[in-house]
Amino acid sequence: MAGTAVRRRLSWQTATVGRVTDETPRVRTLWLEVPDWPGHRAGQHLDIRLTADDGYQAERAYSIASAPGEPLAITVERLDDGEVSPYLTEEARAGDQLEVRGPVGGYFVWEPGSDPGGPLLLAAGGSGVVPLRAIVRERSRTGSSVPVRLLYSSRSWEDVIYSSELELPPDGVQVTYTLTRSQPRAWQGYARRVDMQMLAEVAWPAAEQPLAYVCGPTSFVESVAAGLVGLGYPAGRVKTERFGATGQ
Amino acid sequence: MSPVSRGFRRKREAAPADRVPPGQYVTKDFPVLSAGPTPHTPLPQWTFSISGGHQPVSWTWEEFRALPTETLTTDIHCVTRWSKLDTSWEGVSLDVLLAAVEYDARYVLAFSDGGYTTNLPVADLLGGKAWVAFGYGGGPLGAEHGGPARLLVPHLYFWKSAKWVRGLQLRDTDVPGFWENYGYHLYGDPWREQRYAGD
Amino acid sequence: MDDAAVDDAAVDDAAVDGNAIGGLLIEVFGTEMTTAVGTCGNCGAVAQVAEFAVYRPGLGTVVRCRSCGSVLMVFTEIRSVTCVDLMGLASLT
Repeated sequence: MAGTAVRRRLSWQTATVGRVTDETPRVRTLWLEVPDWPGHRAGQHLDIRLTADDGYQAERAYSIASAPGEPLAITVERLDDGEVSPYLTEEARAGDQLEVRGPVGGYFVWEPGSDPGGPLLLAAGGSGVVPLRAIVRERSRTGSSVPVRLLYSSRSWEDVIYSSELELPPDGVQVTYTLTRSQPRAWQGYARRVDMQMLAEVAWPAAEQPLAYVCGPTSFVESVAAGLVGLGYPAGRVKTERFGATGQ
Repeated sequence: MSPVSRGFRRKREAAPADRVPPGQYVTKDFPVLSAGPTPHTPLPQWTFSISGGHQPVSWTWEEFRALPTETLTTDIHCVTRWSKLDTSWEGVSLDVLLAAVEYDARYVLAFSDGGYTTNLPVADLLGGKAWVAFGYGGGPLGAEHGGPARLLVPHLYFWKSAKWVRGLQLRDTDVPGFWENYGYHLYGDPWREQRYAGD
Repeated sequence: MDDAAVDDAAVDDAAVDGNAIGGLLIEVFGTEMTTAVGTCGNCGAVAQVAEFAVYRPGLGTVVRCRSCGSVLMVFTEIRSVTCVDLMGLASLT
Protein backbone atom coordinates (compact mmCIF):
# COMPACT_ATOMS: atom_id res chain seq x y z
CA MET A 1 0.00 0.00 0.00
CA ALA A 2 2.94 2.36 0.53
CA GLY A 3 2.95 5.34 -1.80
CA THR A 4 -0.44 4.65 -3.39
CA ALA A 5 -3.69 6.45 -2.82
CA VAL A 6 -6.24 3.67 -2.35
CA ARG A 7 -9.85 4.51 -3.02
CA ARG A 8 -11.73 2.83 -0.22
CA ARG A 9 -15.06 1.25 -0.90
CA LEU A 10 -17.01 2.41 2.12
CA SER A 11 -20.11 0.41 1.39
CA TRP A 12 -21.28 -3.08 0.53
CA GLN A 13 -19.28 -5.25 -1.85
CA THR A 14 -20.09 -8.74 -3.07
CA ALA A 15 -17.95 -11.48 -1.60
CA THR A 16 -17.73 -15.09 -2.67
CA VAL A 17 -17.23 -17.86 -0.16
CA GLY A 18 -14.09 -19.83 -0.83
CA ARG A 19 -12.79 -22.57 1.40
CA VAL A 20 -14.46 -23.35 4.72
CA THR A 21 -13.05 -25.28 7.63
CA ASP A 22 -14.60 -26.40 10.91
CA GLU A 23 -12.58 -25.28 13.91
CA THR A 24 -14.86 -26.88 16.54
CA PRO A 25 -18.32 -28.50 16.44
CA ARG A 26 -19.91 -25.04 16.58
CA VAL A 27 -17.31 -22.85 14.92
CA ARG A 28 -16.30 -22.52 11.28
CA THR A 29 -13.78 -20.37 9.44
CA LEU A 30 -14.79 -19.11 6.02
CA TRP A 31 -12.35 -17.64 3.53
CA LEU A 32 -13.88 -14.84 1.48
CA GLU A 33 -12.92 -13.57 -1.95
CA VAL A 34 -13.56 -9.85 -2.31
CA PRO A 35 -12.48 -8.15 -5.49
CA ASP A 36 -10.31 -5.11 -4.80
CA TRP A 37 -10.03 -5.95 -1.11
CA PRO A 38 -8.15 -2.95 0.32
CA GLY A 39 -6.47 -4.90 3.09
CA HIS A 40 -7.13 -4.68 6.80
CA ARG A 41 -5.50 -4.23 10.19
CA ALA A 42 -5.31 -6.88 12.91
CA GLY A 43 -8.35 -6.58 15.17
CA GLN A 44 -10.74 -5.17 12.58
CA HIS A 45 -14.04 -6.74 11.62
CA LEU A 46 -16.35 -7.05 8.63
CA ASP A 47 -20.05 -6.44 8.42
CA ILE A 48 -21.71 -9.32 6.57
CA ARG A 49 -25.09 -8.98 4.88
CA LEU A 50 -27.17 -11.88 3.61
CA THR A 51 -30.13 -11.52 1.26
CA ALA A 52 -32.86 -14.14 0.95
CA ASP A 53 -34.68 -14.68 -2.30
CA ASP A 54 -37.72 -12.83 -0.94
CA GLY A 55 -35.52 -9.79 -0.40
CA TYR A 56 -35.21 -10.23 3.36
CA GLN A 57 -31.80 -9.09 4.61
CA ALA A 58 -29.86 -9.68 7.79
CA GLU A 59 -26.58 -8.07 8.84
CA ARG A 60 -24.02 -9.09 11.46
CA ALA A 61 -20.44 -8.14 12.31
CA TYR A 62 -17.66 -10.76 12.43
CA SER A 63 -14.04 -10.26 13.40
CA ILE A 64 -11.41 -10.93 10.75
CA ALA A 65 -9.43 -14.04 11.71
CA SER A 66 -6.50 -13.53 9.36
CA ALA A 67 -3.56 -11.19 9.69
CA PRO A 68 -3.05 -8.36 7.22
CA GLY A 69 -1.72 -9.76 3.98
CA GLU A 70 -3.11 -13.24 4.58
CA PRO A 71 -6.18 -14.43 2.67
CA LEU A 72 -9.27 -12.81 4.16
CA ALA A 73 -11.11 -15.09 6.58
CA ILE A 74 -13.74 -14.78 9.28
CA THR A 75 -14.45 -17.25 12.08
CA VAL A 76 -18.09 -17.66 13.08
CA GLU A 77 -19.64 -19.37 16.09
CA ARG A 78 -23.09 -20.89 15.59
CA LEU A 79 -25.61 -19.41 18.01
CA ASP A 80 -28.48 -21.81 18.68
CA ASP A 81 -31.17 -19.18 18.21
CA GLY A 82 -29.24 -17.25 15.61
CA GLU A 83 -30.39 -16.40 12.13
CA VAL A 84 -27.11 -15.62 10.35
CA SER A 85 -24.61 -17.81 12.21
CA PRO A 86 -26.42 -21.09 11.51
CA TYR A 87 -26.34 -20.20 7.81
CA LEU A 88 -22.65 -19.33 7.82
CA THR A 89 -21.58 -22.33 9.89
CA GLU A 90 -23.81 -25.00 8.32
CA GLU A 91 -25.13 -23.94 4.93
CA ALA A 92 -22.75 -21.57 3.16
CA ARG A 93 -20.36 -23.28 0.77
CA ALA A 94 -17.75 -22.39 -1.80
CA GLY A 95 -19.23 -20.24 -4.53
CA ASP A 96 -22.03 -18.73 -2.45
CA GLN A 97 -22.32 -14.99 -2.44
CA LEU A 98 -22.82 -12.57 0.39
CA GLU A 99 -22.04 -8.93 0.93
CA VAL A 100 -19.32 -7.44 3.07
CA ARG A 101 -18.70 -3.91 4.31
CA GLY A 102 -15.32 -3.00 5.67
CA PRO A 103 -12.84 -3.49 7.04
CA VAL A 104 -14.24 -1.71 10.07
CA GLY A 105 -12.52 -0.50 13.19
CA GLY A 106 -9.80 1.88 14.27
CA TYR A 107 -9.86 1.43 18.03
CA PHE A 108 -9.56 -2.30 18.60
CA VAL A 109 -6.56 -2.70 16.30
CA TRP A 110 -2.89 -3.51 16.79
CA GLU A 111 0.19 -3.16 14.69
CA PRO A 112 3.82 -3.35 15.74
CA GLY A 113 5.22 -0.05 16.85
CA SER A 114 1.77 1.46 17.43
CA ASP A 115 2.30 1.51 21.18
CA PRO A 116 5.45 2.69 22.94
CA GLY A 117 4.54 0.80 26.09
CA GLY A 118 5.04 -2.68 27.36
CA PRO A 119 3.78 -6.17 26.78
CA LEU A 120 0.37 -7.20 25.42
CA LEU A 121 -2.32 -8.78 27.56
CA LEU A 122 -4.96 -10.42 25.37
CA ALA A 123 -8.11 -11.69 27.11
CA ALA A 124 -10.56 -13.77 25.09
CA GLY A 125 -14.01 -14.96 26.06
CA GLY A 126 -15.19 -17.68 23.68
CA SER A 127 -15.24 -16.41 20.09
CA GLY A 128 -13.65 -13.21 21.37
CA VAL A 129 -10.40 -15.01 20.56
CA VAL A 130 -10.87 -14.32 16.85
CA PRO A 131 -9.51 -10.75 16.62
CA LEU A 132 -6.85 -11.57 19.20
CA ARG A 133 -5.63 -14.47 17.07
CA ALA A 134 -5.34 -12.04 14.16
CA ILE A 135 -3.18 -9.84 16.39
CA VAL A 136 -0.94 -12.77 17.35
CA ARG A 137 -0.58 -13.75 13.69
CA GLU A 138 0.28 -10.17 12.75
CA ARG A 139 2.90 -10.10 15.48
CA SER A 140 4.49 -13.20 13.95
CA ARG A 141 4.13 -11.96 10.39
CA THR A 142 5.98 -8.72 11.18
CA GLY A 143 8.65 -10.28 13.38
CA SER A 144 7.58 -8.27 16.43
CA SER A 145 9.00 -9.47 19.72
CA VAL A 146 6.56 -7.72 22.05
CA PRO A 147 5.79 -10.22 24.83
CA VAL A 148 2.21 -11.51 24.81
CA ARG A 149 0.08 -13.26 27.37
CA LEU A 150 -3.21 -14.62 26.07
CA LEU A 151 -5.82 -15.58 28.66
CA TYR A 152 -8.49 -17.61 26.86
CA SER A 153 -11.75 -18.51 28.57
CA SER A 154 -13.70 -21.27 26.87
CA ARG A 155 -16.57 -23.56 27.86
CA SER A 156 -14.55 -26.73 27.32
CA TRP A 157 -11.47 -27.99 25.54
CA GLU A 158 -13.63 -29.02 22.56
CA ASP A 159 -14.74 -25.39 22.22
CA VAL A 160 -11.22 -23.97 22.06
CA ILE A 161 -10.83 -22.37 18.64
CA TYR A 162 -7.47 -22.57 16.81
CA SER A 163 -6.32 -25.13 19.39
CA SER A 164 -3.56 -26.67 17.28
CA GLU A 165 -2.18 -23.21 16.47
CA LEU A 166 -2.32 -22.10 20.10
CA GLU A 167 -0.80 -25.33 21.38
CA LEU A 168 2.44 -24.30 19.72
CA PRO A 169 2.48 -20.59 20.34
CA PRO A 170 5.19 -18.44 18.80
CA ASP A 171 8.20 -17.44 20.89
CA GLY A 172 7.25 -14.82 23.41
CA VAL A 173 3.54 -15.74 23.43
CA GLN A 174 2.18 -17.52 26.52
CA VAL A 175 -1.34 -18.96 26.42
CA THR A 176 -3.33 -19.68 29.56
CA TYR A 177 -6.70 -21.36 29.29
CA THR A 178 -9.60 -21.45 31.68
CA LEU A 179 -12.28 -24.02 30.88
CA THR A 180 -15.44 -22.92 32.59
CA ARG A 181 -17.98 -25.67 32.02
CA SER A 182 -16.11 -28.94 31.58
CA GLN A 183 -12.50 -30.00 31.60
CA PRO A 184 -10.59 -33.01 30.30
CA ARG A 185 -9.65 -35.62 32.84
CA ALA A 186 -6.38 -34.71 34.58
CA TRP A 187 -6.83 -31.05 33.62
CA GLN A 188 -4.50 -29.03 35.81
CA GLY A 189 -5.42 -25.60 34.55
CA TYR A 190 -8.04 -23.06 35.56
CA ALA A 191 -11.61 -24.30 35.61
CA ARG A 192 -13.71 -21.27 36.43
CA ARG A 193 -14.81 -17.90 35.07
CA VAL A 194 -12.12 -15.27 35.06
CA ASP A 195 -11.91 -13.44 38.38
CA MET A 196 -9.57 -11.07 40.17
CA GLN A 197 -7.45 -13.87 41.59
CA MET A 198 -6.87 -15.37 38.17
CA LEU A 199 -6.08 -12.01 36.62
CA ALA A 200 -3.61 -11.27 39.41
CA GLU A 201 -1.85 -14.55 38.64
CA VAL A 202 -1.94 -14.36 34.85
CA ALA A 203 -1.93 -10.74 33.72
CA TRP A 204 1.25 -8.69 33.34
CA PRO A 205 1.85 -6.52 36.40
CA ALA A 206 0.64 -2.97 35.86
CA ALA A 207 4.17 -1.69 36.46
CA GLU A 208 5.25 -3.16 33.11
CA GLN A 209 2.85 -0.76 31.35
CA PRO A 210 0.98 -3.47 29.48
CA LEU A 211 -1.60 -2.78 26.81
CA ALA A 212 -4.68 -4.98 27.15
CA TYR A 213 -7.20 -6.11 24.52
CA VAL A 214 -10.32 -7.74 25.97
CA CYS A 215 -12.89 -9.32 23.64
CA GLY A 216 -15.88 -11.57 24.10
CA PRO A 217 -19.42 -11.52 25.51
CA THR A 218 -20.33 -8.29 27.25
CA SER A 219 -20.36 -9.78 30.74
CA PHE A 220 -16.88 -11.28 30.20
CA VAL A 221 -15.48 -7.99 28.92
CA GLU A 222 -16.98 -5.95 31.75
CA SER A 223 -15.68 -8.35 34.38
CA VAL A 224 -12.16 -8.61 32.97
CA ALA A 225 -11.81 -4.91 32.18
CA ALA A 226 -12.91 -3.98 35.69
CA GLY A 227 -10.50 -6.55 37.08
CA LEU A 228 -7.55 -5.18 35.13
CA VAL A 229 -8.33 -1.64 36.23
CA GLY A 230 -8.53 -3.00 39.75
CA LEU A 231 -5.01 -4.38 39.28
CA GLY A 232 -3.79 -0.91 38.36
CA TYR A 233 -4.08 -0.88 34.58
CA PRO A 234 -5.05 2.65 33.48
CA ALA A 235 -8.50 2.51 31.88
CA GLY A 236 -7.00 3.95 28.71
CA ARG A 237 -4.67 0.94 28.45
CA VAL A 238 -7.56 -1.55 28.44
CA LYS A 239 -9.19 -1.80 25.03
CA THR A 240 -12.55 -3.53 24.95
CA GLU A 241 -14.75 -5.10 22.28
CA ARG A 242 -18.10 -6.48 23.43
CA PHE A 243 -19.89 -9.13 21.42
CA GLY A 244 -23.30 -9.00 23.12
CA ALA A 245 -24.93 -11.85 24.97
CA THR A 246 -23.15 -14.70 23.20
CA GLY A 247 -20.78 -14.89 20.31
CA GLN A 248 -21.10 -12.03 17.92
CA MET B 1 -29.09 -4.92 -6.19
CA SER B 2 -27.79 -7.28 -3.54
CA PRO B 3 -26.90 -10.78 -4.68
CA VAL B 4 -29.03 -13.51 -3.15
CA SER B 5 -27.20 -15.67 -0.63
CA ARG B 6 -28.18 -19.17 -1.76
CA GLY B 7 -30.15 -21.05 0.87
CA PHE B 8 -30.53 -18.17 3.30
CA ARG B 9 -33.97 -17.47 4.69
CA ARG B 10 -35.53 -15.72 7.63
CA LYS B 11 -36.12 -17.80 10.75
CA ARG B 12 -39.84 -18.20 10.78
CA GLU B 13 -42.51 -20.51 12.11
CA ALA B 14 -45.91 -21.41 10.73
CA ALA B 15 -48.49 -18.75 11.49
CA PRO B 16 -52.28 -19.00 11.55
CA ALA B 17 -53.10 -16.27 9.05
CA ASP B 18 -56.07 -14.78 10.87
CA ARG B 19 -54.07 -14.35 14.07
CA VAL B 20 -51.07 -12.60 12.62
CA PRO B 21 -51.08 -9.03 11.26
CA PRO B 22 -49.54 -8.35 7.84
CA GLY B 23 -45.78 -8.65 7.60
CA GLN B 24 -45.38 -10.50 10.89
CA TYR B 25 -44.04 -13.96 11.69
CA VAL B 26 -44.69 -16.00 14.79
CA THR B 27 -41.98 -16.80 17.30
CA LYS B 28 -41.92 -18.92 20.43
CA ASP B 29 -39.11 -16.78 21.82
CA PHE B 30 -39.67 -13.62 23.79
CA PRO B 31 -36.84 -11.40 22.56
CA VAL B 32 -35.42 -8.93 25.03
CA LEU B 33 -35.16 -5.65 23.16
CA SER B 34 -34.18 -2.57 25.14
CA ALA B 35 -33.03 0.94 24.33
CA GLY B 36 -31.04 1.12 27.53
CA PRO B 37 -29.88 -0.73 30.61
CA THR B 38 -32.40 -2.58 32.76
CA PRO B 39 -33.40 -0.31 35.63
CA HIS B 40 -33.62 -1.74 39.14
CA THR B 41 -35.83 0.63 41.12
CA PRO B 42 -36.34 -0.82 44.59
CA LEU B 43 -40.02 -1.43 45.25
CA PRO B 44 -40.15 0.87 48.29
CA GLN B 45 -39.19 3.69 45.93
CA TRP B 46 -41.51 2.68 43.07
CA THR B 47 -44.57 4.79 42.31
CA PHE B 48 -47.01 4.99 39.43
CA SER B 49 -48.36 8.46 38.87
CA ILE B 50 -50.84 10.19 36.60
CA SER B 51 -50.37 13.90 36.08
CA GLY B 52 -52.08 16.46 33.89
CA GLY B 53 -55.55 15.83 35.21
CA HIS B 54 -57.37 18.05 37.66
CA GLN B 55 -55.25 16.61 40.50
CA PRO B 56 -52.11 14.51 40.28
CA VAL B 57 -52.51 10.99 41.66
CA SER B 58 -49.97 8.36 42.51
CA TRP B 59 -49.75 4.89 43.99
CA THR B 60 -46.93 3.25 45.90
CA TRP B 61 -46.18 -0.38 45.05
CA GLU B 62 -48.29 -1.53 48.00
CA GLU B 63 -51.17 0.69 47.01
CA PHE B 64 -50.88 -0.41 43.39
CA ARG B 65 -50.89 -4.09 44.31
CA ALA B 66 -53.98 -3.58 46.44
CA LEU B 67 -55.97 -2.53 43.36
CA PRO B 68 -58.19 -5.07 41.59
CA THR B 69 -56.25 -7.14 39.10
CA GLU B 70 -57.05 -9.09 35.97
CA THR B 71 -55.42 -11.92 34.14
CA LEU B 72 -55.46 -12.11 30.37
CA THR B 73 -54.07 -14.10 27.49
CA THR B 74 -53.28 -12.14 24.37
CA ASP B 75 -51.09 -11.92 21.29
CA ILE B 76 -48.32 -9.33 21.04
CA HIS B 77 -46.85 -7.84 17.88
CA CYS B 78 -43.47 -6.15 17.62
CA VAL B 79 -42.72 -3.70 14.83
CA THR B 80 -39.52 -5.66 14.20
CA ARG B 81 -41.91 -8.27 12.74
CA TRP B 82 -42.15 -10.97 15.38
CA SER B 83 -45.47 -11.85 16.94
CA LYS B 84 -45.93 -14.03 20.01
CA LEU B 85 -49.26 -15.72 20.49
CA ASP B 86 -51.14 -16.57 23.67
CA THR B 87 -48.99 -14.67 26.14
CA SER B 88 -50.42 -14.59 29.63
CA TRP B 89 -50.30 -11.56 31.88
CA GLU B 90 -51.59 -10.22 35.13
CA GLY B 91 -52.09 -6.54 35.78
CA VAL B 92 -54.21 -3.60 36.79
CA SER B 93 -56.51 -2.26 34.10
CA LEU B 94 -55.99 1.32 32.98
CA ASP B 95 -59.76 1.67 33.40
CA VAL B 96 -59.17 1.31 37.15
CA LEU B 97 -56.18 3.66 37.22
CA LEU B 98 -57.74 6.39 35.07
CA ALA B 99 -60.96 6.23 37.09
CA ALA B 100 -58.99 7.75 39.95
CA VAL B 101 -58.38 10.97 38.00
CA GLU B 102 -60.63 13.67 36.63
CA TYR B 103 -59.29 14.89 33.32
CA ASP B 104 -60.16 16.42 29.99
CA ALA B 105 -57.06 15.35 28.11
CA ARG B 106 -57.31 13.11 25.06
CA TYR B 107 -53.70 11.86 24.92
CA VAL B 108 -51.08 10.49 27.24
CA LEU B 109 -47.35 10.33 27.23
CA ALA B 110 -46.33 7.21 29.16
CA PHE B 111 -42.93 7.47 30.82
CA SER B 112 -40.56 4.90 32.27
CA ASP B 113 -37.48 4.48 34.41
CA GLY B 114 -34.48 5.15 32.19
CA GLY B 115 -36.25 7.93 30.28
CA TYR B 116 -38.25 5.98 27.69
CA THR B 117 -41.53 7.53 26.58
CA THR B 118 -44.34 6.61 24.22
CA ASN B 119 -47.57 8.39 23.32
CA LEU B 120 -51.09 7.03 23.05
CA PRO B 121 -54.66 8.32 22.78
CA VAL B 122 -56.51 8.00 26.09
CA ALA B 123 -59.24 6.14 24.23
CA ASP B 124 -56.76 3.32 23.53
CA LEU B 125 -56.17 2.86 27.24
CA LEU B 126 -59.85 2.53 28.12
CA GLY B 127 -62.47 -0.13 27.60
CA GLY B 128 -60.49 -3.15 28.67
CA LYS B 129 -57.65 -2.60 26.20
CA ALA B 130 -54.69 -1.73 28.44
CA TRP B 131 -53.04 -2.71 31.71
CA VAL B 132 -50.12 -1.97 33.92
CA ALA B 133 -48.84 -5.54 34.03
CA PHE B 134 -46.77 -6.98 36.89
CA GLY B 135 -47.14 -10.66 36.07
CA TYR B 136 -46.14 -12.69 33.02
CA GLY B 137 -46.45 -16.38 32.31
CA GLY B 138 -47.81 -17.14 35.75
CA GLY B 139 -45.03 -15.43 37.70
CA PRO B 140 -43.70 -11.96 38.43
CA LEU B 141 -42.69 -10.00 35.35
CA GLY B 142 -38.92 -10.29 34.99
CA ALA B 143 -36.81 -7.14 34.99
CA GLU B 144 -35.53 -7.75 31.45
CA HIS B 145 -39.14 -7.80 30.20
CA GLY B 146 -40.10 -4.62 32.04
CA GLY B 147 -40.60 -5.68 35.62
CA PRO B 148 -41.68 -4.74 38.22
CA ALA B 149 -44.40 -3.35 35.94
CA ARG B 150 -44.83 -2.38 32.33
CA LEU B 151 -47.58 -0.91 30.24
CA LEU B 152 -49.40 -3.54 28.21
CA VAL B 153 -51.41 -2.34 25.20
CA PRO B 154 -51.54 -5.43 22.95
CA HIS B 155 -53.73 -3.98 20.19
CA LEU B 156 -50.88 -1.67 19.18
CA TYR B 157 -47.29 -2.48 18.21
CA PHE B 158 -45.40 -3.55 21.28
CA TRP B 159 -43.12 -0.50 21.46
CA LYS B 160 -46.20 1.23 22.91
CA SER B 161 -46.18 -1.24 25.84
CA ALA B 162 -43.53 0.70 27.71
CA LYS B 163 -41.27 -1.40 29.93
CA TRP B 164 -40.52 -0.16 33.46
CA VAL B 165 -43.46 2.25 33.22
CA ARG B 166 -43.75 4.78 36.05
CA GLY B 167 -46.68 6.86 34.97
CA LEU B 168 -48.71 8.82 32.47
CA GLN B 169 -48.77 12.50 31.60
CA LEU B 170 -52.21 13.45 30.35
CA ARG B 171 -51.92 15.90 27.47
CA ASP B 172 -54.20 17.86 25.17
CA THR B 173 -52.09 17.14 22.12
CA ASP B 174 -50.47 13.97 20.85
CA VAL B 175 -46.77 14.57 21.48
CA PRO B 176 -44.44 11.94 20.02
CA GLY B 177 -42.53 9.70 22.40
CA PHE B 178 -39.04 8.25 22.01
CA TRP B 179 -39.37 6.12 18.87
CA GLU B 180 -42.16 8.24 17.41
CA ASN B 181 -39.71 11.14 17.34
CA TYR B 182 -37.41 9.12 15.09
CA GLY B 183 -39.99 8.19 12.48
CA TYR B 184 -42.16 5.49 13.99
CA HIS B 185 -45.93 5.85 13.58
CA LEU B 186 -47.74 8.01 16.14
CA TYR B 187 -50.52 5.44 16.56
CA GLY B 188 -49.09 2.03 15.55
CA ASP B 189 -51.96 -0.29 14.60
CA PRO B 190 -50.40 -3.61 13.51
CA TRP B 191 -53.54 -4.62 11.59
CA ARG B 192 -53.17 -1.58 9.35
CA GLU B 193 -49.38 -2.07 9.37
CA GLN B 194 -48.75 1.40 10.78
CA ARG B 195 -45.04 0.93 11.46
CA TYR B 196 -43.63 4.27 10.34
CA ALA B 197 -44.87 7.86 10.12
CA GLY B 198 -46.81 8.19 6.91
CA ASP B 199 -48.01 4.58 6.80
CA MET C 1 -12.82 -5.30 44.96
CA ASP C 2 -13.48 -8.90 45.92
CA ASP C 3 -13.01 -12.11 43.98
CA ALA C 4 -16.64 -12.56 43.02
CA ALA C 5 -17.65 -12.39 39.39
CA VAL C 6 -19.51 -9.28 38.36
CA ASP C 7 -23.13 -9.24 39.52
CA ASP C 8 -24.91 -10.52 36.43
CA ALA C 9 -27.96 -8.46 37.18
CA ALA C 10 -25.85 -5.38 36.73
CA VAL C 11 -24.62 -6.31 33.27
CA ASP C 12 -26.98 -6.08 30.33
CA ASP C 13 -25.50 -8.71 28.08
CA ALA C 14 -27.33 -7.47 25.03
CA ALA C 15 -25.54 -4.14 25.22
CA VAL C 16 -22.44 -3.83 23.10
CA ASP C 17 -20.13 -0.93 22.39
CA GLY C 18 -19.26 1.48 19.62
CA ASN C 19 -17.06 -1.11 17.88
CA ALA C 20 -20.20 -2.97 16.81
CA ILE C 21 -21.58 0.01 14.91
CA GLY C 22 -18.33 0.96 13.22
CA GLY C 23 -19.78 0.12 9.81
CA LEU C 24 -22.95 2.14 10.41
CA LEU C 25 -20.83 5.10 11.52
CA ILE C 26 -18.69 4.91 8.36
CA GLU C 27 -21.88 5.01 6.29
CA VAL C 28 -23.26 7.97 8.23
CA PHE C 29 -20.11 10.04 8.71
CA GLY C 30 -18.13 8.89 5.69
CA THR C 31 -15.12 7.95 7.79
CA GLU C 32 -13.88 5.65 10.57
CA MET C 33 -15.39 6.96 13.82
CA THR C 34 -14.59 4.44 16.56
CA THR C 35 -11.62 6.49 17.73
CA ALA C 36 -13.50 9.79 17.58
CA VAL C 37 -13.78 11.39 21.01
CA GLY C 38 -17.22 12.32 22.30
CA THR C 39 -18.19 14.49 25.26
CA CYS C 40 -21.47 13.69 27.01
CA GLY C 41 -23.79 16.66 27.00
CA ASN C 42 -25.24 15.57 30.32
CA CYS C 43 -22.32 14.72 32.58
CA GLY C 44 -19.30 15.87 30.58
CA ALA C 45 -17.66 12.44 30.47
CA VAL C 46 -15.18 12.10 27.63
CA ALA C 47 -14.70 8.79 25.81
CA GLN C 48 -13.92 7.29 22.45
CA VAL C 49 -16.93 6.22 20.42
CA ALA C 50 -15.74 2.58 20.66
CA GLU C 51 -16.26 2.79 24.41
CA PHE C 52 -19.86 4.08 24.34
CA ALA C 53 -22.63 1.71 25.41
CA VAL C 54 -24.70 0.62 22.40
CA TYR C 55 -28.22 -0.84 22.48
CA ARG C 56 -29.90 -2.25 19.37
CA PRO C 57 -33.51 -3.17 20.11
CA GLY C 58 -34.36 -3.65 16.45
CA LEU C 59 -36.19 -0.32 16.07
CA GLY C 60 -32.92 1.57 15.99
CA THR C 61 -29.52 2.02 17.57
CA VAL C 62 -29.23 3.90 20.86
CA VAL C 63 -25.78 5.02 21.99
CA ARG C 64 -25.38 5.99 25.64
CA CYS C 65 -22.76 7.51 27.90
CA ARG C 66 -21.18 4.73 29.94
CA SER C 67 -20.84 7.07 32.94
CA CYS C 68 -24.34 8.49 33.32
CA GLY C 69 -26.49 6.48 30.89
CA SER C 70 -27.67 9.55 29.04
CA VAL C 71 -28.55 9.09 25.36
CA LEU C 72 -25.77 10.45 23.12
CA MET C 73 -26.82 9.32 19.65
CA VAL C 74 -29.81 7.60 18.06
CA PHE C 75 -29.89 6.08 14.57
CA THR C 76 -32.97 4.68 12.88
CA GLU C 77 -33.34 3.36 9.36
CA ILE C 78 -36.83 3.78 7.98
CA ARG C 79 -37.68 3.17 4.32
CA SER C 80 -33.94 3.20 3.53
CA VAL C 81 -33.48 6.64 5.08
CA THR C 82 -31.15 6.83 8.06
CA CYS C 83 -32.19 9.32 10.73
CA VAL C 84 -29.31 10.50 12.90
CA ASP C 85 -29.72 12.33 16.20
CA LEU C 86 -26.50 13.48 17.89
CA MET C 87 -28.10 15.92 20.29
CA GLY C 88 -26.89 14.14 23.41
CA LEU C 89 -23.26 14.88 22.57
CA ALA C 90 -21.72 18.16 23.59
CA SER C 91 -18.97 17.51 21.06
CA LEU C 92 -17.60 14.83 18.76
CA THR C 93 -14.14 15.23 17.32
